[in-house]
Amino acid sequence: MSALINFMNDWISVGYLLSAVLFIMGLKKLGHPRTAPRGNQLGALGMLVAVVVTVASMQLEGGAQWTLIIAGMAIGSLIGYWMAVRVEMTGMPEMVALFNGFGGAASALVALSETMKYLEAGASIPTGLELTVTMVAAGLSALVGWMTLTGSLLAMYKLKGGVEIFGKWIKTPTWGPTWLNPVKIMLLISVAVLIIKSISEPTNTDYLWAIIAISCILGIILVLPIGGADMPVVVSLLNSLSGIAAAFTGFIFSNSVLIVAGSLVGASGIVLTFIMCKAMNRRLIDVLFKSFGGSGEKADLTRTKVGSDADEVAMMVDGAQKIIIIPGYGMAVSQCQHQVKEFADLVAEKFDTEVKYAIHPVAGRMPGHMNVLLAEANVPYEQLIEMDEINSEFPDCDIALVIGANDTTNPAARSGEGPLAGMPIIDVDAARTVVIIKRSLSVGYAGVDNDLFYMDKTMMLFGDGKKMMTQLNNAIKEI
Amino acid sequence: MTPELLIGSITLLVLAIFLGVELITKVPATLHTPLMSGANAISGISIVGALIGANVAYAGGSTVTSGILSFVAVVLAMINVVGGFAVTNRMLNMIAGKKRKRGA
Repeated sequence: MSALINFMNDWISVGYLLSAVLFIMGLKKLGHPRTAPRGNQLGALGMLVAVVVTVASMQLEGGAQWTLIIAGMAIGSLIGYWMAVRVEMTGMPEMVALFNGFGGAASALVALSETMKYLEAGASIPTGLELTVTMVAAGLSALVGWMTLTGSLLAMYKLKGGVEIFGKWIKTPTWGPTWLNPVKIMLLISVAVLIIKSISEPTNTDYLWAIIAISCILGIILVLPIGGADMPVVVSLLNSLSGIAAAFTGFIFSNSVLIVAGSLVGASGIVLTFIMCKAMNRRLIDVLFKSFGGSGEKADLTRTKVGSDADEVAMMVDGAQKIIIIPGYGMAVSQCQHQVKEFADLVAEKFDTEVKYAIHPVAGRMPGHMNVLLAEANVPYEQLIEMDEINSEFPDCDIALVIGANDTTNPAARSGEGPLAGMPIIDVDAARTVVIIKRSLSVGYAGVDNDLFYMDKTMMLFGDGKKMMTQLNNAIKEI
Repeated sequence: MTPELLIGSITLLVLAIFLGVELITKVPATLHTPLMSGANAISGISIVGALIGANVAYAGGSTVTSGILSFVAVVLAMINVVGGFAVTNRMLNMIAGKKRKRGA
């Protein structure tokens, strides 16, 4: 029997290796459109292998506590599945942020639970290298994990725009004076000091609570100053952090699959973060430490623009040979992608107009946000053109129809001044006529007034995206 | 924890980081969100740590507090894993469904 147990113990590592290989293949395949669904399945399979191997090894090492383990897993699975199935496509970024926070919290709780063992009588305190590794790993896991939790929760509410308390809408604040940056660094250093001190006094609870409190504060003050336009970058960075937290947890248990999978996600998350920064022509350092956007400037609006109506726009559409649709967050909020598709079909059928979609890399609140929404409405894939390719087509374009996009079309980005400076934009202003569907003239997420709205060739349709698109479609049908 | 085991773990960490950087180089914008979501689900691997901790705690290896913390950790990690993969699957189905139609 003992020979069998030894034999099985050897196979546990092989099981974890298989799981790690599945994760690597999964991530690789997720990067290619054709293989992406298979990549996701491989990742899920890798997770299943890891969990089965873990539970099997626990059973072999003296019996798994089945009831509580199955109960915990069942509750988590049901909640997770329910949330994933229920969420609207527009709520996807918030959902990723929330899941992310949960992952970070799980790592932090495991680290806390491990250190608690030493604090309360019962477990023998390890010595020497093991003590050092455990306390450092638990401390770093706590730092990153709690930071990820509070940061992700705040990012989620920033993406939502606010929170409803007793029927009153409270806007998520953006606040970050420059003196906050040295504070962040000081807090980081103090956590490092606390971790070192906790090695010499592993039973002192004060260090533990101090690390947790500081980490929670760090997560909040890291996200608080960052304006909404940069929120995709923050979510991606937090995703990377939750992977790093898992890797640190792996050091507590010397567990290979935790270390490998955690650092894979940590590294790939950082790469994705840089890809997003590049799309906005911003540096990660600037995003994190130079706050901008969203506050105060709304009151400064002095110019006005007379709105048009659907019938007027419909007349312009009749006779247009080429229309480019520029979707933005407004399309996501009003869920009008189906009306947009209907519009494209109508004009193609009735006036034989060529319709294309211009996709800015950071349109919406996540890269690829627009692609997902338009795919849901069955818009042909080849009509979605990325910004760099379509910008040269605007001078030949009769109508540029902007639906709820603002910062990604703002010519102020070319001026080299202000928060949007240098961000690549869609050259909407080169089109012969610009039609903008927007609820008001208010500034976008970056907090910069948009000159595009006030140009003579611009027609504003003030209103909710879905309502205005429906009116426009009806007006076209009547022609 | 022997020095050899620690060095081995650090080796894994460093190699996996390099691999992670190489894996994600050219990704079309369409896949940015699903990729982030899928990677996020994989970071739910902390379920393994949660399970190991929970099993020790439940078996009486530590205190009630540790047991409760571990139980919450298992639940949260599981939400991350199941929710993450399910949401990614939903997103990809839309994009892939689109593709199949184009091919037909």
